[in-house]
Amino acid sequence: MKPNIHTHISRRYNAELEDIRNRVLVMGGLVEQQLVDAITALADGDAQLAELTMNNDYKVNSMEVAIDEECNQIIVRRQPAASDLRLVMAVIKTITDLERIGDEAEKIARMAMHLADMERPKNSYLEIQALGIHVRQMVHDALDAFARMDSEAAMLVAKEDVQVDREYESIMRQSITYMMEDPRTITRVLDVIWSARALERIGDHARNICEYVIYLDKGKDVRHISLEQMEKEIYGLS
Amino acid sequence: MDLQMRKGFSKPLILTSEHSPTKQNKKTLDTIDNMSPQTPPVMKAQVKNLNFYYGDVQALKNVNLDIAERRVTALIGPSGCGKTTYLRCFNRMHDLYPGNRYEGEIMLFPDNENILSPKVDPIEVRMRISMVFQKPNPFPKSIYENVAYGLRVRGIRKRRELDDKVEQALKGAALWDEVKDRLHNLAFTLSGGQQQRLCIARALATDPEILLFDEPTSALDPIATARIEELIAELKEHVTIIIVTHNMQQAARVSDYTAFMYLGEMVEFGDTDAIFTNPRKQQTEDYITGRYG
Repeated sequence: MKPNIHTHISRRYNAELEDIRNRVLVMGGLVEQQLVDAITALADGDAQLAELTMNNDYKVNSMEVAIDEECNQIIVRRQPAASDLRLVMAVIKTITDLERIGDEAEKIARMAMHLADMERPKNSYLEIQALGIHVRQMVHDALDAFARMDSEAAMLVAKEDVQVDREYESIMRQSITYMMEDPRTITRVLDVIWSARALERIGDHARNICEYVIYLDKGKDVRHISLEQMEKEIYGLS
Repeated sequence: MDLQMRKGFSKPLILTSEHSPTKQNKKTLDTIDNMSPQTPPVMKAQVKNLNFYYGDVQALKNVNLDIAERRVTALIGPSGCGKTTYLRCFNRMHDLYPGNRYEGEIMLFPDNENILSPKVDPIEVRMRISMVFQKPNPFPKSIYENVAYGLRVRGIRKRRELDDKVEQALKGAALWDEVKDRLHNLAFTLSGGQQQRLCIARALATDPEILLFDEPTSALDPIATARIEELIAELKEHVTIIIVTHNMQQAARVSDYTAFMYLGEMVEFGDTDAIFTNPRKQQTEDYITGRYG
């Protein structure tokens, strides 16, 4: 059953569901911006931007609390069923992951502040930037799939996570080499590792959001299963 | 008879050895069932190609449904979709009016008997398949006599036996403690919720195998409703229950299986868990989420 939130007999119910959905997208936009700012701050060594990003995390947190409250109200007033229930559940879970992405962005911003004071490598952390862009695209596409309740698009994003994990491992290997070659870089490289780790985690959160989109669209719980099984669930049975 | 995997049941329905052709037909539990204390469902009744006509008007169109023993099956659907008509077929209530006509069969197990057959005595059917109605409708008699009535019809005359059965039935309906000191008061002195439980006790008195509930709580307040729902959960340990309800949350709360009917047809039947989270049919989805049908 493709969810369609505009056709209830109660128009206020339509509006309430539409509202939580929109607010998730607004929150998603905010989180995406936080992520972009954190990566930019890190790449450019911009301590001011890094501080601003850290200070903005409260906005993400308060949006999570507000949407959560609205979902509670819908559950208690409307007792949603079927696709409506799945929408509310997907929203509640998605905002948790978005909030965590916000926290990871804040972490990256903190690393960016440390790194801004240190000597900068010639490539201005190119690998981290590349990973950051990749992960940011994942978050963007996951939210896009959420907005359109599109399982196929969600599946594509979930697949990207494999690539992100590979990039992360490559950064790890490179960092270890740096540290072995020149132990003076250890402090700096550790911060880079923490940032890469945060980006990798964001990729996982984006994948989680994709799983909620599939649950919302198809009613199938695809958590903790392989990508092949996930594809089967999406294309095979429904 | 291949009745093992009927559509809609997530677990196979099992025939008891009395009417299963071979022992091998008794399927083993799946893993989920191993974890739950419930034994696997056994088929209690099977509705096959049931059509029903009020004169020229066809109210039920080729309905097929399996009823699992000692489980609660809920029927939901908009007004006029045939839920009550369907329920009433089960105890031959329609026989009371001329011009009504059944087609198809309702097989009752383990007897393997079609209860719609003209050869079957409707009075006997009603002893074994009792019904509780929307509005409490006790007889204008004492509490005791309300419950004893069916037993007397059955020919039980001994005072001691009647006393025991009445007490048992009232206890079964969770009413005994509230009325044991005033069994000979008029039934109308009870509150609405108590009257409804009295009707349940009356239905239980003849040891029915199937209890039919036709919107049993729509005239009751939330507290009395919660009591009845709790009672249904207790009763299903002993009897098979079919409940018609307009309250979808109630169906979701009390039932194991849910059937959605629309315009005299069975649209979807399945595990209650699945119907209310991920129904297969668009019509079901639209109905349970409050959309235009």
